[in-house]
Amino acid sequence: MNGIFELLLRSVFLDNLALSFFLGMCTFLAVSKRVDTAFGVGLAMMFVQTVTVPVNNLIYTQLLAPGALAWAGLGDIDLSFLRLIAFIGVIAAMVQVLEMTLEFHVPRLHRAMGIFLPLITVNCAILGGSLFMVERSYGFGESVVFGFGTGLGWAIAIVMFAALRERLKYADIPEGLQGLGINFIVAGIMSLGFMAFAGMG
Amino acid sequence: MSDNNWRILTRPLIDDNPLTLQILGICSALAVTTSLDTALLMSLVVVCVLALSGAVISLMRRQIPRSVRIIVQITVIATLVIVVDQLLQAYAFELSKRLSVFVGLIITNCIVLGRAESYAMHKGVVASTLDGVGNGLGYSLILIMVGAIREFFGKGSLLNVQILVPTSQGGSFEPLQLMLLPPSAFFIIGGIIWLIRRRRPGQVEKPEFSLRDEREVSK
Repeated sequence: MNGIFELLLRSVFLDNLALSFFLGMCTFLAVSKRVDTAFGVGLAMMFVQTVTVPVNNLIYTQLLAPGALAWAGLGDIDLSFLRLIAFIGVIAAMVQVLEMTLEFHVPRLHRAMGIFLPLITVNCAILGGSLFMVERSYGFGESVVFGFGTGLGWAIAIVMFAALRERLKYADIPEGLQGLGINFIVAGIMSLGFMAFAGMG
Repeated sequence: MSDNNWRILTRPLIDDNPLTLQILGICSALAVTTSLDTALLMSLVVVCVLALSGAVISLMRRQIPRSVRIIVQITVIATLVIVVDQLLQAYAFELSKRLSVFVGLIITNCIVLGRAESYAMHKGVVASTLDGVGNGLGYSLILIMVGAIREFFGKGSLLNVQILVPTSQGGSFEPLQLMLLPPSAFFIIGGIIWLIRRRRPGQVEKPEFSLRDEREVSK
């Protein structure tokens, strides 16, 4: 139990996908102008990440990993090189399914996420989460926690960043640093803050 | 090479840089820049993938139905990335371990898909390849600058050759630990953007609000 909790804290704060691995940066910078849109993206990200990482974990361990096809008598086949294309396919499909389910059952939530749900398909944080899961060889339970944790961490980061940006609109910033430049600096300072959690473990 | 092709190749270097102006491909760029050798390898990989995907997608552009174009583009890019990934694991295993997941993440690198969608789908093969190489070089330029700065100040070395002797070995250089941590990449890129926009004022973003002078208001 302790290990699970530690993994959760680690994936939310210390291994924050946006601020310490720079994943999903394009979305992070592009849709963080206002807090409410940032909230929508964060929510969509959390949803998709919690679903796709465990599903990809199953697909990898049951079908693609070296020796995984032993049940079919094909024990010496190693399909792990197919993981990139398989993960992208799964992510695109899951996003589609999720979108239809939400539209049907929870239309209000679907409206809140809006255009961002389909955009998540090409968000590197989602694919990155799945790839990290393989690289660190998480089990199924751990991958559920990891998926949820990284999604939550990313959502927290983008909402905080959007809140800062709303304030920055009124700041007197040197020319040339306006817009993208100052956003990078702000993200850097936030990243410094998240680094402080490194002492927790 | 004709003037036009030369412009396609060099425009993305500074004037239309994918990282600092188009805000594309930042995701996988920053994490691999703690040292110059990984930055160089990543640059090489991205230039290759961009050039090849530009060429392939441009060749196929008349056959691809509009409605499924994104899926086709992603499949082409993913195939190229898998080939590159396997090559790296075969010939540069140590470096590919240090790049960890970031080679795979080139698939979702927005530069590749962005250029495929906005350029290669409409232009000829030669122009698309050049555009890919140009954008790859623009991306590499920033990556190499950041990588060089971080390795030099963080470890006192360039390409693993020690230039400044750190204090731990009796020298006079105190390595800046911050340079090896993620925040420094943000600061350095922010600085580079500032520098470029000082030289090219046309790239400066207009503020949404401007401050009015207090004294004028009270008049």
